[in-house]
Amino acid sequence: MSDTHNEPQPERERRPVLLLAEFDSAGSVLHAAEALRDAGYKSFDAHTPFPVHGMDRAMGMSDSRLGWIVAAMATAGFTTAVALITWANHISYPFVVGGKPPLSIPAYAPVTFELTVLFSAFGAVFGMLGLNKLPRHHHPVFFSDRFRSATDDRFFLSVEREDPKFDLTKTRELLEGAKATHVEVIEDEVP
Amino acid sequence: MSDGPITSIGEKHLVRPGATFREITDSISVVTETSAPRGWWIAFLTAATFLGILGAAVGWLFWKGVGVWGNNSPVGWAWDITNFVWWVGIGHAGTLISAVLFLFRQKWRTSINRFAEAMTIFAVICALLFPGIHVGRVWHAYYMFPLPNSMSLWPNFKSPLLWDIFAVGTYFTVSLLFWYVGLIPDLATLRDRCTTAAQGVRRYVYGLFALGWRGSNRHWSNYERAYMILAALSTPLVLSVHSVVSFDFATSVEPGWHTTIFPPYFVAGAVFSGFAMVMSLILVARVVYKLNDLVTMTHIELMNKIMLATGSLVGYAYAMEFFIAWYSGNPYERYVFVNRALGPYSWAYWTMISCNVISPQFFWFKRFRTNIPFSFVLSIFINIGMWFERFVIIVTSLHRDFVPASWGYFHPTAVDIATFMGSLGLFFTLFLLFIRWVPMIAIAELKGVLPQADPHHGEHHGKHDKHDKRDAPTEGGEPAPAATEGA
Repeated sequence: MSDTHNEPQPERERRPVLLLAEFDSAGSVLHAAEALRDAGYKSFDAHTPFPVHGMDRAMGMSDSRLGWIVAAMATAGFTTAVALITWANHISYPFVVGGKPPLSIPAYAPVTFELTVLFSAFGAVFGMLGLNKLPRHHHPVFFSDRFRSATDDRFFLSVEREDPKFDLTKTRELLEGAKATHVEVIEDEVP
Repeated sequence: MSDGPITSIGEKHLVRPGATFREITDSISVVTETSAPRGWWIAFLTAATFLGILGAAVGWLFWKGVGVWGNNSPVGWAWDITNFVWWVGIGHAGTLISAVLFLFRQKWRTSINRFAEAMTIFAVICALLFPGIHVGRVWHAYYMFPLPNSMSLWPNFKSPLLWDIFAVGTYFTVSLLFWYVGLIPDLATLRDRCTTAAQGVRRYVYGLFALGWRGSNRHWSNYERAYMILAALSTPLVLSVHSVVSFDFATSVEPGWHTTIFPPYFVAGAVFSGFAMVMSLILVARVVYKLNDLVTMTHIELMNKIMLATGSLVGYAYAMEFFIAWYSGNPYERYVFVNRALGPYSWAYWTMISCNVISPQFFWFKRFRTNIPFSFVLSIFINIGMWFERFVIIVTSLHRDFVPASWGYFHPTAVDIATFMGSLGLFFTLFLLFIRWVPMIAIAELKGVLPQADPHHGEHHGKHDKHDKRDAPTEGGEPAPAATEGA
């Protein structure tokens, strides 16, 4: 099929994938998210320049699961350190330095502590990225030119077509009724 | 306007009253978008020159061996380890500001944390240089890592030198992760400000490092949790790092080193010198980049108070070392301290006392705490004093220990001086590149402490109006017509 690459691609069919509503304050986006939640929407998201307090509850989200990942990594770090030290200085080649026995627990505290912290930090950062499915190359919200200001001073709500209640007219009316200053339909190619 | 989420410290504003989100984005981002001022180029070329000197000094060291330094017997550790401890200490303020003050909900940290975290990373890079180059046979530097040698013998996990590798290595890695996590939303801001085709490369590079961040609340939720966990992990970590560095000394039997006060004393000194370095740097950046609205007198005064507290702690530790030396009844221990204050290195000792103990006492007075030129000069004094503290601890303890026949005196060589000056060049080169290309103040975090960031801002007029008359340009609660006010 390589010979077809240079030919102009036929325009692929596009369909609406989300409704993107813009708001001008943290308060109005919060109340709009509450309105979506109360209307029974599930697949929607808020896009804000900074974390807005109370938004998790307004969107009906459950608590972050990151802590469990970090706890697992902390255990792994602790175990790795104990195993490494015990193997190196007690099993593989036991030797006595400074009159301390080969398995000297107080002397092993610093390295165990540091490796526990190191693994936990990896768990926190990469666990966060994993839960957020980042890095991500593209997302339909970026089709909107107005969306640039989501990292500046504007607040957005996006409602996805996967949501069973997604409806181009009704959802738009709900968002406009919740003080959205601008609502647009984002289209993407049909996969 | 003094209501809302910023009132954690009295009634003082953390940002100029009435600042909009757009103004904050603009004033911080514009530094990375416009060409650098001439002062930046002068500073950068100077720093890069010193970086070149470092390269030459280290190259010469590798070629000839550690004999090019003034290290001798008995002073086997001299400027190399002094510089290492000094740089690690400077690195402490960043994590202290980003982690400990975060957990204590000290929101004033927001204007300076990015700056201080960057400083931490660059200071730790400078610190890591020294153990790497002082080992003599640098091609065997991997002996420091936990790997078995050709005799199947592993490094000694009971040795504080190995603990140091783990402590400083972990500290560097965690600081870098913490800094980068904080940067992700701001890199997305810079990415989204690239609108023209000419900014394609910029957009690509910032976009790459922003990892596709789209400000999603489902992401913010995990992000904020990650940030809090990193802060909670870094808080004991920052206390452990300089404690472990102090174990390098405290676990030896050398008079002057073998004391239990070392871990807390080193940590206090590290915070002291770190804040002094943050102060020196931020006062310059504040003038050059006109950040007066974002880094206010409140910040400067609070940092000066921390320096007063930690400087006094360090002074207490100096006094306690003398008391314990006398109280121990150990003649070697007593001699080391008498020799410190009155011996051939008394000039270094009294420089240290003047800079570290006497000079911060001015900060008891508000007039001095809020005087910017004075704060700048004093922060430089403290940096000098803290370098001398490490020099005094290391060199005066070593140069006259148990056997008078082995006493000696240390003279630095030109290579010693060039290596130290060169490490300053490395630090400032990295730092200047940072302020040129990376948002030097945390944009997203700073927006979060503005009054209008509170979703309920302005919803309860009756409660606010009492003490809100003075400065309420955004009366009505909405975050001002931000789109029209930005430049």
